[in-house]
Amino acid sequence: MDPMNFVESKHLKKKVPDFGPGDTVRVHVKVVEGDKERTQLFEGVVVSRRGSGTRSTFTVRKVSGGVGVERIFPLSSPSISRVSVVREGRVRRAKLFYLRERKGKSARIEERQTETSLTQEEAPAEPKPEAEEE
Amino acid sequence: MPGLIGKKLGMTQVFDDKGNAVPVSVIQAGPCAVVQKKTPDKEGYGAVQLGFQDMREKRVSKPLRGHFKSAGVSPKRILKEFRVPDVAQYEVGFEATVEMFEVGCVVNVTGTSRGKGFQGVVKRWGFSGGKDTHGCTTHRLPGSIGASAYPSRVLKNRKLPGRMGGVRVTVRNLTVVGVDKERHLLLIRGGVPGAPNSYVEVKKTTGRTS
Repeated sequence: MDPMNFVESKHLKKKVPDFGPGDTVRVHVKVVEGDKERTQLFEGVVVSRRGSGTRSTFTVRKVSGGVGVERIFPLSSPSISRVSVVREGRVRRAKLFYLRERKGKSARIEERQTETSLTQEEAPAEPKPEAEEE
Repeated sequence: MPGLIGKKLGMTQVFDDKGNAVPVSVIQAGPCAVVQKKTPDKEGYGAVQLGFQDMREKRVSKPLRGHFKSAGVSPKRILKEFRVPDVAQYEVGFEATVEMFEVGCVVNVTGTSRGKGFQGVVKRWGFSGGKDTHGCTTHRLPGSIGASAYPSRVLKNRKLPGRMGGVRVTVRNLTVVGVDKERHLLLIRGGVPGAPNSYVEVKKTTGRTS
């Protein structure tokens, strides 16, 4: 194996669902407060995926209290314990930055009809993550 | 061994045990064989000459072939000298590997920086240049380069445009964050001089540590 790939392969996250721009995902983020560790949820639409190998990141956008919030997650970071796809969206471009100028009806994303989305069920949640505080 | 010759493979990012992303340069370092010893008695200084990367014997010039033969090592592509205080403890033919480094080691890395071509003073020397607006007509010029009648010439060492990069550069006090003995890989935190596939010297630091 190419040595660069080998170095990265040790740090790649193995279990990552197949998701892309337009999909609604739930990201489980480990948060360390003092000496306690808990899991925080961040749910929103994936607006961008970029990079390759361990350097790949994805951006999740949600509207929280009328304010748009975008968070960029390193895909292979150990502090991201799980990513689950809530809804698959049908979009026609790779970066959904146009969502920033829209709200309400025009910011909706059509659901993609695939076999997996019809049969897929929410996997049982890990040790009860607390709801995210705003 | 005072250090190793290596090949810069590129940069990437790994995660430490706290989950922090660490930028690393990946270097294929060694195995390097000692090809010759330079002694104070004979050459006037103490150093070991290390060879890196095997080469087909046919591709080596005849004089060099003899040099490798007398050392009893296979022909190497790269030869570099490393100064050492006491040559006696080293042996010709000894193969040094990345095992001489461990995670947490502090090293200096020397290489030839990327050539940037002919560059102006803003990029080459960090001059501020002129204003972009408010009626200014020069933006990236150096401005005055000296006084007039006296000295009637430009003083030596004036910072002016010219060739940039492609020179020997040492980055000091870099931390080793990973050692792969099987694949002869070193992960070093931060950037090292040169483009991918260029050759670098990785040296143990002598003076202060970490």
